[in-house]
Amino acid sequence: MSTLERKLDSGEFVVTAEMPVIDGGGHAELQRQLEFMRPYVDAYNATDNLAAHAHVSPLAISIGLLQVGAEPVMQLVCRDKNRLALEADLMGAAMYGVQNICCLTGDDVTAGDEPEARRVFDLDGIQLIALARTLERGHYLSGRPIGADGTGVRFCVGAVENPSAPPLDYRIRRAAKKALAGARFLQLQMTYRTELLERFLHAAVDTGLSQRLAMIPSIMILRTAGAMRFVASSVPGIDMPAELVRRVESAVDAETECFEIAYELAYHAMTQPGVAGLHFISFRKDAGIAKLCARLGIETKQERETHGHSPSVAVG
Amino acid sequence: MNHGAARLVAKAEHLVKKPIWDCRMCGQCVLHDTGMTCPMTCPKTLRNGPCGGVRPDGHCEVKPEMRCVWLNAVERSDKLPLWKGHIDQLRPPVDNRLKDSSSWINLATGRDKQVPAGWPADVQ
Repeated sequence: MSTLERKLDSGEFVVTAEMPVIDGGGHAELQRQLEFMRPYVDAYNATDNLAAHAHVSPLAISIGLLQVGAEPVMQLVCRDKNRLALEADLMGAAMYGVQNICCLTGDDVTAGDEPEARRVFDLDGIQLIALARTLERGHYLSGRPIGADGTGVRFCVGAVENPSAPPLDYRIRRAAKKALAGARFLQLQMTYRTELLERFLHAAVDTGLSQRLAMIPSIMILRTAGAMRFVASSVPGIDMPAELVRRVESAVDAETECFEIAYELAYHAMTQPGVAGLHFISFRKDAGIAKLCARLGIETKQERETHGHSPSVAVG
Repeated sequence: MNHGAARLVAKAEHLVKKPIWDCRMCGQCVLHDTGMTCPMTCPKTLRNGPCGGVRPDGHCEVKPEMRCVWLNAVERSDKLPLWKGHIDQLRPPVDNRLKDSSSWINLATGRDKQVPAGWPADVQ
């Protein structure tokens, strides 16, 4: 059982973070990226050609993370690979003990810098969850048994949902379908619309879904108004309110104001009902995530383990 | 049914369904389950609901000029008196071998309901 799964089962507040994309550099580069996050982060998402831009594969990064003593969440998207290739990646992950898998449909190729590429989408994100579960049951999609050397495939499967993308009322039903397919956790797409996050989480609690599917909202740490505008225009599925960009533009120090916004959003998210943890995204290798966790009153991994499993709640 | 007759039926099916639903002849029609909205017209050909990239105005991530196919599917399916809740069912992966064959024939023979042997039975 992965540490993430164990913590989700015990109800301990979990912290996950997105590994910044890398293009090489081996273990040394992974260590550099992890340096500041390590005290707080339970598991790191290795992205799969983030926003349809090619980078080191999530399988390579996930294996590397294990080798440097960090727990990976291997993201897989359906854009670039058919079902055979996805099965191969899942089996490759299982071979090295990469257990946390996050299944996504994926941004379209048009979001990236090679829009001329063929989009695959042989499966969708929900079918990919079911595929991971198929392998756990000891056979491939065809029904062919997994060889004796590959027995005991074990995953902790997660997915993503976007609470602020239309059709708003349907999002919780789609999340329920992901739980039906076998997902255990749901990392929520970053949203700047707090009312929509609330609406989604309240529905998750009311329907009992949050009991089966651990809700983990995402918090993105940006630094400039320019970065906010870029995210708004170039990252599919993010609704950036214009007044937030104006707030940063008119601030004395943009970076401080951006941090303040991230803090407000994170505090709001972690105090909502049914929230099992937070997922942090920061594009710069600095102490941003650690600073934010400290300000939120989230204990370090070590403290959380020593203090038992009570989820910490921030105070102001 | 011989090959020629099957092709004739497929042609007839396309003739009917193309103008109404922009049918893509996947050969395993799920229109009833998706509010009489063809999921194969989604640029990502998603059969289990909208992706997370739907724009705030409800338009498609890939084709900004087009309304998300799944917005239509959800609205229509909730209004339909029949097939209640079918949209929330988990649809299995597409069988790519059935492309351009007649879903009418595949429905009659049960061929459209065949899933890979390893597909988990409890999610169907």
